[in-house]
This record gives sequence, structure tokens and C-alpha cells, in this order.
Amino acid sequence: MRELHHIGLSELAAGLRARRFSSIELTETFLGRIERSQGALNAFISVTRAEALAGAAAADRELAAGTGGALLGVPIAHKDLFCTRGVRTTCGSRMLDNFVSPYDATVVAKLKQAGAVMLGKTNMDEFAMGSSNETSYYGPVRNPWDPDLVPGGSSGGSAAAVAARLVPGATATDTGGSIRQPAALCGITGLKPTYGRVSRYGMVAFASSLDQGGVLTASAADAALMLREMAGFDPNDSTSVEREVPDYVGLLEQPLAGLKVGLLKEFFDKGLDPDNGQRVREALKVFESLGARLTEVSLPNLPLSVPVYYVVAPAECSSNLARFDGVRYGHRCESPRDLLDLYRRSRGEGFGAEVKRRIMTGTYVLSAGYYDAYYLKAQRVRQLINADFTRAFQQVDVLMGPTTPTPAFAIGAKTSDPITMYLNDIYTIGANLAGLPALSVPCGFVGQLPVGLQIVGPHFAEARLLTAAHAYQRVTDWHTRIPKAWA
Amino acid sequence: MSDWETVIGLEIHAQLSTRSKIFSGSATAYGAPPNAQANLVDLGYPGVLPVLNGAAVRMAVKLGLALNARIAPASVFARKNYFYPDLPKGYQISQYELPIVAHGSLDIVLDDGQVKRVGITRAHLEEDAGKSLHEGLPGVTGVDLNRAGTPLIEIVSEPDLRSAREAVAYMKKVHTLVRYLEICDGNMQEGSFRCDANVSVRHAGEHRFGTRAEIKNLNSFRFVERAINFEVARQIDVLEGGGKVVQETRLYDPDKGETRSMRSKEEANDYRYFPDPDLLPVVLDAAFIESVRATLPELPDQKAARFTSQYGLPAYDAGVLTASRELADYYEAVAGAAPADAKLAANWVMGELAAALNKESLEVTASRMTAERLAGLLKRISDQTISGKLAKEVFEAMWSGGAEADAVIAERGLRQITDSAAIERVIDEVMQKNPGQLAEYRAGKDKLFGFFVGQVMKATGGKANPAQLNELLRRKLSGWA
Repeated sequence: MRELHHIGLSELAAGLRARRFSSIELTETFLGRIERSQGALNAFISVTRAEALAGAAAADRELAAGTGGALLGVPIAHKDLFCTRGVRTTCGSRMLDNFVSPYDATVVAKLKQAGAVMLGKTNMDEFAMGSSNETSYYGPVRNPWDPDLVPGGSSGGSAAAVAARLVPGATATDTGGSIRQPAALCGITGLKPTYGRVSRYGMVAFASSLDQGGVLTASAADAALMLREMAGFDPNDSTSVEREVPDYVGLLEQPLAGLKVGLLKEFFDKGLDPDNGQRVREALKVFESLGARLTEVSLPNLPLSVPVYYVVAPAECSSNLARFDGVRYGHRCESPRDLLDLYRRSRGEGFGAEVKRRIMTGTYVLSAGYYDAYYLKAQRVRQLINADFTRAFQQVDVLMGPTTPTPAFAIGAKTSDPITMYLNDIYTIGANLAGLPALSVPCGFVGQLPVGLQIVGPHFAEARLLTAAHAYQRVTDWHTRIPKAWA
Repeated sequence: MSDWETVIGLEIHAQLSTRSKIFSGSATAYGAPPNAQANLVDLGYPGVLPVLNGAAVRMAVKLGLALNARIAPASVFARKNYFYPDLPKGYQISQYELPIVAHGSLDIVLDDGQVKRVGITRAHLEEDAGKSLHEGLPGVTGVDLNRAGTPLIEIVSEPDLRSAREAVAYMKKVHTLVRYLEICDGNMQEGSFRCDANVSVRHAGEHRFGTRAEIKNLNSFRFVERAINFEVARQIDVLEGGGKVVQETRLYDPDKGETRSMRSKEEANDYRYFPDPDLLPVVLDAAFIESVRATLPELPDQKAARFTSQYGLPAYDAGVLTASRELADYYEAVAGAAPADAKLAANWVMGELAAALNKESLEVTASRMTAERLAGLLKRISDQTISGKLAKEVFEAMWSGGAEADAVIAERGLRQITDSAAIERVIDEVMQKNPGQLAEYRAGKDKLFGFFVGQVMKATGGKANPAQLNELLRRKLSGWA
């Protein structure tokens, strides 16, 4: 029998049902891997061993009774910005180092309801602001393929954890690429659903109009199962959409023949590493061999997505993070002299440099006299980008291109230049601005490093994306590769 | 001073009487222990999201329709960003560029009886903030977030008001309206209905507005009038002394009867409004708006017009009686049960009844004198069983005791004397007892007529029918009978 950590999430769920192994066994296995990895990878901020084992024991009882949900007994991890009742939720920030949420995020509650067992909370860029997981108060996460490199961000902890098979699946969030970019850099599958598909309630907000919860797993089939269990309308989130959740798992085997694939012309630009581009082109050939028809599609306004994003996202973040004021929860400075001092020092000490940079940028673009020139103009360009996508999806079923311009880069390589760092999200931001579902699948290696193929679909076309990715993964094995150190 | 013209616009904040808050399920009831009615959304916890209370939207639409305003097919919530301990999220959710209600108007009656139309710029939905507590907390400030998230509608008038009296008349009219619509309890002590007044002065005939001051948080009609009058005088003083009015926010101190500048902020306020991405635009279709229109009650002006035509009341009476829906209902119950004289009913409701209620600070709905009982009394006036004067005694007896009008009249023997012979007998006695006055009267001192009326009334215990008495007395005194 294969080692348990080599088995994907869907197969683990089925194996638990068939009682081939117990949830306790699985949980112990993965907890052991997590604990042994911490020094090397730093993928977790909190490991909840006791709660996990209790949950696993309860799951085993339910398994014996034949009751429970689709993920019963399956170990998972949550990105540390999903609020978890009774468990610290830090958002990778000193500001929330002491914050224990009194409630579960809807996503957490739904996965709990489905029977999943949480092993811990994964490391992340502070308040999800970063593309390398270097802005975390808890230190950088290391890429399991090469510990000197970043795993990507902001969901770097979740991505590294899945890549090193510390958990079979983890939740993540994507505001500008925070699921897909680390998925690509860590060689795993990452899905950002349509904006409104997954509830944002209990997901600590970075940029509300862009944030979307999603999944990181080894395969598209695993992503389909996890998404099915966490998606759906939530009366606590006005922006979640009242629309039935399809059985993504049941739809996986649909044939691909005739699928119209648009190659995003703007993505194959001079910023794209040639080898990385080559791997993507090879993947596209595979799709062609599966019956897909490729055409080139141009989205002329897409290159504006980075500047638009770096106006809209900081604007929203400057307001969303105003609640962290040292009054009700979170970090409070020692003996404040007065109210202003309380605000200044609590926030000054609680937030890291990148968060402060974005709060300042956001405050600036919303200020009187600058609002029209920045925020309003960015919103207008966002509409143009939306329109570009709408037009493209009149011609094609999905869009494909690289997820990132390059494979993983060295820790520290881009920290001194935020703009270079921001350009890492150049291919992923468009889907967030337009609220579209997008997925990254591993499509080969550049040297020893994995790279990703990105598939973007029209609103609520998650099933289509998963079906395409699944078809690709049936004829390729990139998604089964595990870094040697973690095999 | 007549050279100066006052320009006033009011921003009225009315608390909507929804059971739960505008963006959370917490209760809105007044007076709970601090923070007992603040849930995670109200406390601004990480990750929580607002969900709009549909009842607040219906109420706003109701108000908009009553103000003949335009109901926005799509209105947008925006964040007003500023730091304050009683503002948990660091922003207040309000409406900015696209309010739910715009371009309405309201008619008010001025002191001289003229009707003036006051423009309503807009009315928008927003959440209230919490409050800071200092009492009993030495060295620290407490924060009570029970009020945080309470739904408010802010009704902004055009700068159409020209005096403190007009401002009060307008505010009273809005107060009447929101209570008719049952969208606000109008309780000013509890802060459910309050206003900010924008006040400026300019020379009569000037087209441009003067620099205005905003007087914050006025929570009584009296304070509005006093604060505006003080502020107008202050601004005129400043201008006539060669100074300039500063655009600023001022507070009214009711103890000193003056307004004073609020502590100047270290930085200028820049609220950095932007559309709240957590909330969808409020999209209202015609069917919804019509469904709300169907729930509108008869509005104060419509009711007053009906009172004038149906009951033949003067405009003034109709205005007073329709000032609250409850009073109007009471009046109609009285007038319906004693239909002989609707004007008499109006006089009694506005006179004796209002005075009695006022004395004990009772609402009309808590009146010890039900409409039916009062009608019972008025019937006895109409059918001349008792005189209007004695009726007041009967009213008082009925108010303090439980007996009905007829019982009181019988028990106290107050039935009016309408027997001419009986009245004549008393007149004869009075004339006999006062020969001097009689002689003077007959010599031309007409004024003494009242003296004789008084004597007869005294002798009959006030029960002689006044009309009959006048008639008979005139004849007797003249010596014709």
C-alpha cells in the first residue's frame, strides 16, 4: 500500500469510508509531518494537535456508524485568516497575535459540517498582502522544492503544506492571485472561485470586492470535492450569490472535445520567462490533443490590471483595516497617553511595513482631491477590463495562459522593490478584478521548479475549469510530483 | 436689524423603528445595559459582514413617497471613514452620492397662516455610532455599542427656512410625518429624533448665501428655536462688528442658552467616502415601490383637508387636530359619537382635553377620558341639558372619577333650567333685591345687564339656560314683562 500522505484528498475520503484506514491514523500521520516540517518550511502558524485528534476520534465514531459528510475524517488546514472559534486567528500579523475568534467563518463551519478535521492554521503574508509569504509576522514560509525560495503568497503556508503533503488540502484566499500564484510556484492545483461563490463571512477582509476563498489541493478532482463542500450562498454575506452549487465531482468526467480555448495574447509578453512560457505552450498542446480548439484572444486593457489593482485593493484595505485600533481586540500598545497615542502606537506596532504601505496608498487614493484621479479612474478601467473578458467569453469557453511570469524566486530577492514584487501578480489580477473563476495546475518544470498553467472561465464556470484541469491531469502526472525532501 | 435675512437648512436624524439593527440582527430597544445589544457585527469583529435590514429600506421608501420625492431605482451605501472609539469599524456605513430618497418637499404653515413649501434635498439611510461613557469610570472612557448600527434616516432640507420659527415648524411637521408613517417613535429625549441646523445670515436681497455654521445635535424643538436665534444674533454681531463668520461646527449649550465652537480638529476632516464593497446597491423596482405606497396611511395634510371639508373645521383646528395620528383618531371618535356639533368637539379636544392631558403629561392614547365618554358629555351640551360652563365641571368630575356625564349631571343636579317660568321667578327675586341697580339700568347704564345675569346664575347655581336667561332678563329689566 502507498504511504498515506501520497494519497489525494478525494481518495482519502473514500478510503476512510471504506475503513481502509482511520481518521486517527491519517491525522497522526499528517500531524507528524507538519511537526517535523515546521523548522524547515514554517508553513503553519498554529498546529491544533489536541483538537485535531479529538475531531478525528469523533469522525471515526461517525465513520463506524456510517453517518457524516463527504469529507468525514479528512485532515485539512485553514489559511490563518479564516476565523476559527476558540483557535487563534492571526492573519500573519502581530496585530492579531493574541486574537482568538469567538466564531467560525462560514467556510470553516461548512467544512466542519462536511466532516473535515482541522490540523492547524497556515502561515500567510500579513493580512494577505504579499506575493512571497515574506511579510508574515511569523517569518517566511519556504518552498518545499527549494528552501531558499519563496512559496509564493499570500497563501504560501497553505500551498507549501499541500506541496509537501503535510495536508491533502487547505483553504486559501485569492485577492490578486494569492491562491494561483503559490499553487504554480509550489507545483499544486489551486482554484479561485467566482466572486460570490464562496462566503466571505469570517474571512478577515483585505480587499472586499476582490477577496475570494478557495482551495489548494494536489489535483483538480480534490479541488472539486473541497469546493463543493465549502461553496454556496450565505445569508451573512450579501455579496455571496444565491445560486445552486453544482456537483463539481460528478461533472469531472465530461469530455473536452470541442472546448474552445482562448490563448491570452497579453500573457505571452516579454515579461514571461521563456522556459516558463514553453511549459505552458506544451500544456496547451496537450489540450489540443484532448480535442480542445485553440485560438488567440486579445484583452487589450488587461495590461492595466496591475495599476488598477494597486489602487482598488489598497483603497479597500485602508478602510477594512481601520477596525484594528487597539480598542476592542488585537494588539494594544503599552500605557497609551491618550486616544491618538493609542491609535498611533497600537497600529504602528501591530502592522508590518507592507500593510502600512498599502494602508497609506489606499488612504491617499481615497483622499479628497485624489479620489477622482485614482480610485474613480481605477474603477472605470476595471469596467473596461470586465468588458474585455465578457467579449472574450463570447468567443471562447475558457482562457489559458501562464499563472506567473517566472518560477519561484529567492527569499529576499524582491523585498526591496515592491513594484517588482507586485508584477508577479500580473497574470492573475485580471480574474479578481472581473470576479472570474480561475485555476492553476502544475504543467511541468523549469529546472527543478514547477510552473503553472492558468485557466480562467466565465462567471460560475468552476465546473468547466475543473473538468478541463481534470482531463489534463488524467494524461499528465505533474500534479503527482512531490519534492524529494517530502516524498 | 431688518436688513438681515436668516437662511437655515436642517439635517434631521430620525431613528427608524425597526426591531433589529440596520446591518445586524441585534435588538434596537433603548435602555439595555451597556453592550448587551451589540453582537459581533456591531462590535466590528474581524471577518464579519453587514447584511441590510429590508425593513429599514421599506421605511425609507415610505418616507420618500410621503415627501413626494424620487425613490432611487438604485442607491448605494458608502463608507465614511474616521477613527473614533464609538465607531467600531473605523467607518460609518451611510449613503453618499446615491441616496435612496431625493428631491422631495414638505408644506408647512407659517405663523401668519400662509403655507410654505420646503424643499427636501435628500434622505439617506445610515447606521448610528455607539457612545462613549465617562460617568463612574475615573481615568478611563467606556464604550457602549448598543446604539451602534441603529438605523437612521437623515433628512436634509434645502436652505429654504428663513427663521427659527420656520425651522421649528418644519421640524415639527417632519416629526408628525414620521410618526404618522410609523417609521420613527419620535422620542426626542432618547435621541430618536434630532437635528443639525445649518445657519447663515445675509443682507436682504443678497443672492449668495452667507458663511454657515452647523449647530450639532439639537434634540428638542425649544432648543432648535433658541439655538438658531442665538446663532443668528451672534453672526449678525460678528458681521456688524466688521468680522467674518467662520464655517465651523458648533454645539448648543442649553444651560447657558448659547452656541459655542466645537474643539477644532487637529486635521481637517476627510472622510474618504467610497462605495461599501460589502453591500450590493439597493435596487428597487416599481412593483416594490407601489407595494410600499399601498401601505401609506392618510397623511397629515390629506387628513387636515378632510377635517376641514368633512367636519367644517377652520384650517387652524384641522392643523392642530391632525398634528398626531392618535389625536386625529381621538377627535374623529368623539366627532363620530357626538355628530351634532363637530366644531364643539374640536374645541373640547383642543381645549379641556388637551389641557388635562398636558397637566399630567399624558399621551392622548393614555387619556383617562375616552372619546366615547367625552362624546357623552358633548351630547348633553348640544341638547342643552347642561351649559358649556357647567360642562367643564362635569368634565373635571369625569376626569378624576369614573362616572359618565349623565351620572355626574344627575348626582350634582347640574341639569340646566330651561323652564321659562322658573327662570322668570328668579329674575323677579333678583330685581326685587336690587332696586338701586335696577333703577340705574333703566336710567341707561346698560353695563349692569351683566350684573343681573350674574345674580340670576348665582341664584340658580349656574344652571339657567344662558340664551333663555338673556332673552327673559332683557324683557324683564326693560319692564316689558
